[in-house]
Amino acid sequence: MAIKPRVKVPKSAKVGDTIQIKTLISHKMETGLRKDKKTGKKIPRQIINMFVAKFNGKQVFQAKMYPSISANPYIAFFLKVPEAGELDFTWTDDSGKTWSAKKKLAVS
Amino acid sequence: MNIRILTGGIAALTALGISIGGALAAEGKKHSIKPVAGSPLEEVWSGYRFAKPTTNQMQDDDFENPGMTWYDIGEANWSKKDGEAGKSCAECHKTEDMKGVGARYPIVDPKLNKLMNVEERVNYCRKTYMEAKPWKYDSNDMLGTVIYVKAQSRGMPVNVKIDGPAATYFEKGKKFYYQRRGQMDMSCAQCHEKYYGKLIRMNTLSQGQSNGFPVYRLKWQKPGSLHRRFKGCNKQVRSTPFKTGSDEYMALELYLAWRGTGLGVETPAVRN
Repeated sequence: MAIKPRVKVPKSAKVGDTIQIKTLISHKMETGLRKDKKTGKKIPRQIINMFVAKFNGKQVFQAKMYPSISANPYIAFFLKVPEAGELDFTWTDDSGKTWSAKKKLAVS
Repeated sequence: MNIRILTGGIAALTALGISIGGALAAEGKKHSIKPVAGSPLEEVWSGYRFAKPTTNQMQDDDFENPGMTWYDIGEANWSKKDGEAGKSCAECHKTEDMKGVGARYPIVDPKLNKLMNVEERVNYCRKTYMEAKPWKYDSNDMLGTVIYVKAQSRGMPVNVKIDGPAATYFEKGKKFYYQRRGQMDMSCAQCHEKYYGKLIRMNTLSQGQSNGFPVYRLKWQKPGSLHRRFKGCNKQVRSTPFKTGSDEYMALELYLAWRGTGLGVETPAVRN
């Protein structure tokens, strides 16, 4: 499914504020434990194993994921705003495919 | 003993109802209402009232609701040109015109003289006007488009026509609902009318209302059509399910919608 990841960041915040950032990506998160009912063979693992958030090029959040994470993973985290800048989110799955999203954050 | 269990169950449910009801009153959503005349139910409860608070929290937040990713697919599909005719939905229909569709459907189309739900309508448009291939009911494109269309009517009370040409379908749906079937010899009514609110193994039986469909089901890890849910129910009583889009399920869809008359459309709802 080629869908854009969904990211929610407040448009502006004060320096030093703690803001919540929400992300949601559509992915089937195949565990690698299921079998194909027709052939009896295992369906290979295909999950998003890494999520990284960067702020102005500096990593601020990282999550490693394992097979117990359900489909369409929703990740929310908090960030203390140091300055205005751009958030850069990257998801990587087992096949090496990446999805990315960018959001600008202004300070007031 | 039985009476004790019964009162205990009702007390617990009422307590739940009050706590949820209080939070929702502010939003103006209706999850439990008085039934329409002729309904066998004492009070109509949306599946929302049977779901866990954490699940409801997912549904209430448009961002957190995983069904909304399919809404995005639908939104993209709406203006995407497809088929031999090179047309898109948006060329004939405005998105605003879709308001109320989710509450009104299924309807009997006067020209075709056939009961149609939103899925059927989308495929009819695709075949006739876009000259494109019809979508399967549970394909991502179909789910997305149906969610997009029905979500325009969110909060509007379900109100289907059951008189006139729809009357025969309504009777057929009603008959289906009360028909015992399968190895277990059970009808829809036994779980969803007589024993709703009670546990079946670890799951709470709901009234089986259709106002949130297509719902994002946590068990499925994706949204699913109402007909997929029908099939699941039929399999559980060990009967052979009908096909998606079959006349039987279409009639049942109409009857179910009538049972939930007045409930707000919740598409895409989140259920366990």
